[in-house]
Amino acid sequence: MEVALEDNNLMEKVLPPDEQEIDVELEAKEKKYLRGEGANLESLKDKKLKTQLASREKLYGKSAKAAAKIEKWLLPASAGYLETDGLEKTWRIKQTDIAKEVDLLSSKNQYDIVLPDFGPYKLDFTASGRHMLAGGRKGHLALVDMMNMNLIKEIHVRETVRDVAFLHNDQFFAAAQKKYSYIYARDGTELHCLKERGPVARLRFLKNHFLLASVNKIGQLHYQDVTYGDMVASIRTGKGRTDVMEVNPYNGVVALGHSGGTVTMWKPTSQAPLVQMQCHPGPVSSVAFHPNGHLMATSGKERKVKIWDLRKFEEVQTIHGFHAKTLSFSQKGLLAAGTGSFVQVLGDSSGGGGYSRYMSHSMVKGYQVEKVMFRPYEDVLGIGHSMGWSSVLIPGSGEPNFDSWVANPFETSKQRREKEVHLLLDKLPPETIMLDPSKIGAMRPSRRKEKPTRGEIEAEKEVAIEAAKSVEMKKKTKGRNKPSKRTKKKKELVENAKKTFPELEEKNIAGKKRRIGEDAAAELPTSLKRFARKN
Amino acid sequence: MRIKTISRSVDEFTRERSQDLQRVFHNFDPSLRPMEKAVEYQRALTAAKLEKIFARPFVGAMDGHRDGISCMAKNPNYLKGIFSASMDGDIRLWDIATRRTVCQFPGHRGAVRGLTVSTDGNVLVSCGTDCNVRLWSVPRPSLEDSDLSSEKSIEPSAVYTCKNALLAVDHQFEGDLFATAGAQLDIWNHNRSQPVQSFTSGSHSVISVRFNPGEPDILATSSGDNHISIYDIRMSSAARKILMRTKTNSIAWNPMEPMNFTAANEDGNCYSFDGRKNEEAKCVHKDHVSAVMDIDFSPTGREFVTGSYDRSVRIFPYNGGHSREIYHTKRMQRVFCVKYSSDATYVISGSDDTNLRLWKAKASEQLGVILPREQKKHEYNEAVKNRYKHLPEIKRIVRHRHLPKPIYKAKAESRAMNDAKRRKDERRKAHSAQGTVVTESHRTRRIIKEVE
Repeated sequence: MEVALEDNNLMEKVLPPDEQEIDVELEAKEKKYLRGEGANLESLKDKKLKTQLASREKLYGKSAKAAAKIEKWLLPASAGYLETDGLEKTWRIKQTDIAKEVDLLSSKNQYDIVLPDFGPYKLDFTASGRHMLAGGRKGHLALVDMMNMNLIKEIHVRETVRDVAFLHNDQFFAAAQKKYSYIYARDGTELHCLKERGPVARLRFLKNHFLLASVNKIGQLHYQDVTYGDMVASIRTGKGRTDVMEVNPYNGVVALGHSGGTVTMWKPTSQAPLVQMQCHPGPVSSVAFHPNGHLMATSGKERKVKIWDLRKFEEVQTIHGFHAKTLSFSQKGLLAAGTGSFVQVLGDSSGGGGYSRYMSHSMVKGYQVEKVMFRPYEDVLGIGHSMGWSSVLIPGSGEPNFDSWVANPFETSKQRREKEVHLLLDKLPPETIMLDPSKIGAMRPSRRKEKPTRGEIEAEKEVAIEAAKSVEMKKKTKGRNKPSKRTKKKKELVENAKKTFPELEEKNIAGKKRRIGEDAAAELPTSLKRFARKN
Repeated sequence: MRIKTISRSVDEFTRERSQDLQRVFHNFDPSLRPMEKAVEYQRALTAAKLEKIFARPFVGAMDGHRDGISCMAKNPNYLKGIFSASMDGDIRLWDIATRRTVCQFPGHRGAVRGLTVSTDGNVLVSCGTDCNVRLWSVPRPSLEDSDLSSEKSIEPSAVYTCKNALLAVDHQFEGDLFATAGAQLDIWNHNRSQPVQSFTSGSHSVISVRFNPGEPDILATSSGDNHISIYDIRMSSAARKILMRTKTNSIAWNPMEPMNFTAANEDGNCYSFDGRKNEEAKCVHKDHVSAVMDIDFSPTGREFVTGSYDRSVRIFPYNGGHSREIYHTKRMQRVFCVKYSSDATYVISGSDDTNLRLWKAKASEQLGVILPREQKKHEYNEAVKNRYKHLPEIKRIVRHRHLPKPIYKAKAESRAMNDAKRRKDERRKAHSAQGTVVTESHRTRRIIKEVE
């Protein structure tokens, strides 16, 4: 009986395994909402400031905890997934198999639109994923409401269209055409002709900054503020023509891929690139950024796709064997690569950074994929190709829960208008584009480098001398192997090792001299100290 | 094979009827909001700028007096009422909402120097240089009164005469005693024509008197011989005295920490004292460039307002060395009296140019009924401003105040003088034997001695 009672007590103290798991999960989520480590308050001397900051940190902790709990319990939807049993492999599952399993609403997202006359097509989605813009190479522009598959407007510009991009919402879009780029309204009215940039190859819109970035045929990078039409920056990259351009959503830095295999990153406030990376030996064919901004994927014509860590600018992984014409990351971090009539989706199944095959999709032979792009907040991949555009289901690619204040697929026109005003109020100046945006709103740390202390230098010197002493001498011939010669050589080595620490020598002398001066000054009254001889 | 994909039916995410509210969903994931810190900083900057744009503190002037305003009194019973008195003996009751005179109290010959209202709000006590103390019964506020523009005049309920001119009066917080200051400090009862008690000290007159809001028997006075004295009226002489280098024009007790009081000094500074520990000031509030004439605490006890001879009104935090706000207009002359309204939203100043001026206590505050969403927005703006207040761009905008040229010049001059003095002291210290020259802290510098 007694033993049983003790057991009961133990059971009460230790949480059941379910709750333990939940605790661990909540802690991991909390970390995300804390947005980095708190400030180190130990070194602060100001007590008042210390308590103020401590209470603030406490508040941050509380709000992170609340947010984690909300994520755990209150969010309306959970992410999609694709799981297999036994020998089944996820990448062997075809769209037709998926169509049988999923609900009717989702299966509506699998379709091919065949438009053989004006392809290949470029695609762009609005931030909420509600609207899609398709631009055919031969001049066909179509604006589609994806919710009810309603063609809002279709126009034909009767000249080459190289790229299309939505501006801040579905009301405006830009198209890079044969000679100039144009901005159109939702109803197809031409609003602006942007002549200054010349024949543009790629267009991208920076949402937070309201900048329309473009690279033209002669390799010039232009940034234009779309709110008041000012050309914020025009940069000559000096790397020749390119049509590989992508924006890092994390910091607004624009990356260009060049024919020499380099990827360069740019901001509008400097004429020189922030970063130049030699990514491939041959031409770079496409670049994509992970939404958290830490990973970049590049593909080269030498049939390799590489994943890079942008915090260290190091290669994380090389995927051999296919040349991706177009790459795209989804909100949940899946990577789609399109080549020929084949689209491969890579997933980071372990979460440790290793991308491996997740799904694949092959289209009718002869279709040439032009652009792949994940639809935000949906498990859908849009593929623009030479014969129109297609849409396939990729379970687990999209963020299941949208925020009405960030991007709302069910936005009413009143909400859209309200949103536009808020976006404009929160518009960021071009100076805020930088590699590490966490520096904004923070104090600059003092520039002085910490010098190694005297003790550290001395220790280093000791080590160097020891190393010099323990060097094995070669056996020489013709009288050079005499003991006297050997000791002399050894002494020389030690002397050389000592010479590598000149600051220590100088300091010794200076320190001695100063000590003499200090003694003299210490004896004098304060008023006469300034007359003390300075050695 | 198990598959799930995101599928949202339109019905779940939109409202059912057009009368319903729109459905709102939240996802606090930081990865959905790129550059959120930069956006927040931008919002802080916008909030700081908006605060400047909306900073319109002047609400209106109340004119009617024919001479400079000498003193004011709040009506504790009625938020909208304020009494003011001028140098020509005119006393008026104002309705702040309409900014009109409600009634007048004629009778004083010569300047009225002191005005106070009993805590129940029924009796107004005035005193002046004509050696008279007059008691008036305050008319009951009614709806008709505030609407009528016709000015009534009221007869005093009692007139008591004493030998000397009177300079200040203050009413006890609980009880029916009031104190007048002149050549001596007198304690009066409403119903007696002679003072109940008198305190004399030296040959100099008492300038100001203020009862403690916590202890009804304790009062603080300041006198022409640079003393600040604390009296307990149950005893026969002053309990404590502080001798300062310059005269103190007015004293205000902190209503929330009633052991602390702040003295408005002739040297342009205000000194906050702990009534129990007087050898050094708790805080020195510097910013005025000329004598501080009057001081009044906000009912919250966190701020006080001062009026100065340099033609400006400033609002200080109770524990801060510098003012958070300065109010001035081209037309406002020497400010002789200031009051913080009983709801802590307004500040009223009376100046030499015969006008009472009504200011907002927070210059950019939105008045009137605020909707909950507006309130949220104001709170958010305040929070982001507070978060980034140390960054140079925002600090500059938030701190900037336009100063009138004379004040700006006087400030620069006094800064130069202070710097020179500091340098001189440093040198003197360096050229003297160690320990012979002691730098005195600002909190004790202007205090000569403290007498128990």
